[in-house]
Amino acid sequence: MLGTGILKGLYITAKNLVGSYYSSERLTTIQYPEQRAQLPENYRNFPFLVYDGEDAIDGLRCTACKMCEKECPPQCIYIIPERDEKGKLQKKPKVFDIDISVCMGCGICAEVCPFESIKMDHHFEVAQRNRFAGLLLHREQLAKSNKYYHSIRPKEATAVDESLAEEKRKAEEKAKAAAAAKEAAAKAAAAKAADAAKAKTDDLEEKKN
Amino acid sequence: MSLSEPIPGSTIRAVHDDFHGDLLEVSMGPHHPSTHGVFRMIVTLDGEVVVKLKPVFGYLHRNHEKLAENNAYLASIPYTDRLDYLCSLTNNWAYVHAVEKLSGIEVPERAEYLRVILGELTRLINHCCLVGFLLNDLGTSFTPLLYSLRERERMLDMIEALTGSRMMCNFMRFGGLRTDVSSEWLAQLKTYLDTTFARYLDEQDALLTGNEILLARTQGVGVLKSDLAINAGITGPMLRASGINYDIRKVDKYSIYDRFDFRVPLGDHSDTYDRYMMRMLEMHESVKIIQQAIKDIPEGPFIDPKAKNRGLRPKAGEAYARIEGPKGEIGFHLISDGTGNPYRYRVRPPSLINLTVLEDMCLGQTLADTVIILGSVDIVLGEVDR
Repeated sequence: MLGTGILKGLYITAKNLVGSYYSSERLTTIQYPEQRAQLPENYRNFPFLVYDGEDAIDGLRCTACKMCEKECPPQCIYIIPERDEKGKLQKKPKVFDIDISVCMGCGICAEVCPFESIKMDHHFEVAQRNRFAGLLLHREQLAKSNKYYHSIRPKEATAVDESLAEEKRKAEEKAKAAAAAKEAAAKAAAAKAADAAKAKTDDLEEKKN
Repeated sequence: MSLSEPIPGSTIRAVHDDFHGDLLEVSMGPHHPSTHGVFRMIVTLDGEVVVKLKPVFGYLHRNHEKLAENNAYLASIPYTDRLDYLCSLTNNWAYVHAVEKLSGIEVPERAEYLRVILGELTRLINHCCLVGFLLNDLGTSFTPLLYSLRERERMLDMIEALTGSRMMCNFMRFGGLRTDVSSEWLAQLKTYLDTTFARYLDEQDALLTGNEILLARTQGVGVLKSDLAINAGITGPMLRASGINYDIRKVDKYSIYDRFDFRVPLGDHSDTYDRYMMRMLEMHESVKIIQQAIKDIPEGPFIDPKAKNRGLRPKAGEAYARIEGPKGEIGFHLISDGTGNPYRYRVRPPSLINLTVLEDMCLGQTLADTVIILGSVDIVLGEVDR
């Protein structure tokens, strides 16, 4: 019968209208900014730098290796490494800028970073009045504590902490082993030298006799 | 030649005819809500009937191919998200598929399953959007669109929980995926598809598929003859709506699609209604594929540990790889000269090539019909203009 299709459709609309008062399945909007949706842990927005300890600049994990700068697809990261008076590299960034007006939030920098230093943030309300300078983030704005990292990505941060501790332990062991080996080598060399000296004196004594 | 004489060799009558009046040229777009982006149609009308249609595109050109030629292979993956921004995961997939072919990287079993699941989920998202927007173009003022977007939003939430971003996923890597997918996520997807999404499909069917006004507006409108569809290189649901059984998932059997039991819906009348139904039926088939994949998915690595992503330098050579995207055949042609970035990078976008027959479908139809014919082609301007 002509018109049954329309009536069937209207029945569905009515079901949804009435249902939206009773079922959260059918009403999905929330009142932002008073209400906020829970962001999933994997959510990514713009990058930030993790620091350990109290001081934001001294505690940076970043070693200015420039891996992220090289791999960044839109080339929005600028790094200048720190140098001491003699011009020797300090493994610290002197300048670390990210232009988030260019950044597309792809997360490749966080993926390639070998020191677990650069991570993706959850903070998305970054609107600025100053279009250029306001969106160019410097080292001081980018540095966020490991505690903050734990608060936004608890699972990932715990795993990172564990792997870093493991790496540190291995490095210490290696250093210890190296030191022990060095000591042993030094001892052996000393013994050898003593032997040689003794042999020399023996020789001399033999000659004397 | 005077205005009242017909143009020689043309089916179009004279621009001015004392008896019939003038032909009217209307510029639809680039800022017109029904063109789904910045797309312009210069339509010549005889009364209400279209006698000539000239599509104009390029307003969203972003230099995608040249950018990729100056970037490392890995750095192009986030850019492919921005081609067809409704289905970034299939774009990722087509691109990594081409690079894997070029450099001979193997993909582990688990990664193939996950790719199929994510690819079909992307198809669901795309078809949800298309169905909603097409019905909106028909004048059903937002009700079906918002029902569709509500479901799409739930699927996007799941994708966000997995990849970190709703639409710019950047998730596929050469030899696998960026991260593993947890079994809880898969279970959540399965429950969602079994309950809420199944209800949505039923409701959407009941809401409008049998609606008399919809039938009157879409049946017999915008017919695309099968021979023209083949000659013009049309692919995807549009080609299948013209009755040609050509689905790259079945033809190429790429990835692991030969292991799944699914059917390819075919149209009978090649009109707008068939193209609408094609999407509705494909959604059912995609749900079937995802359910089978979730059931069979093996344990194992999600990425080939030997595959190199950063600083990849494939041997000199070329490769073309294609997959069945939600809109049709999406392919990438890469030429490597042995350096860290491709010598040539070419995208075969389904939207652009499906758009080429727009005039043939619109001739003789009314202006109001061109809107729904364009809607049924399913274009995303990010991909048309690149």
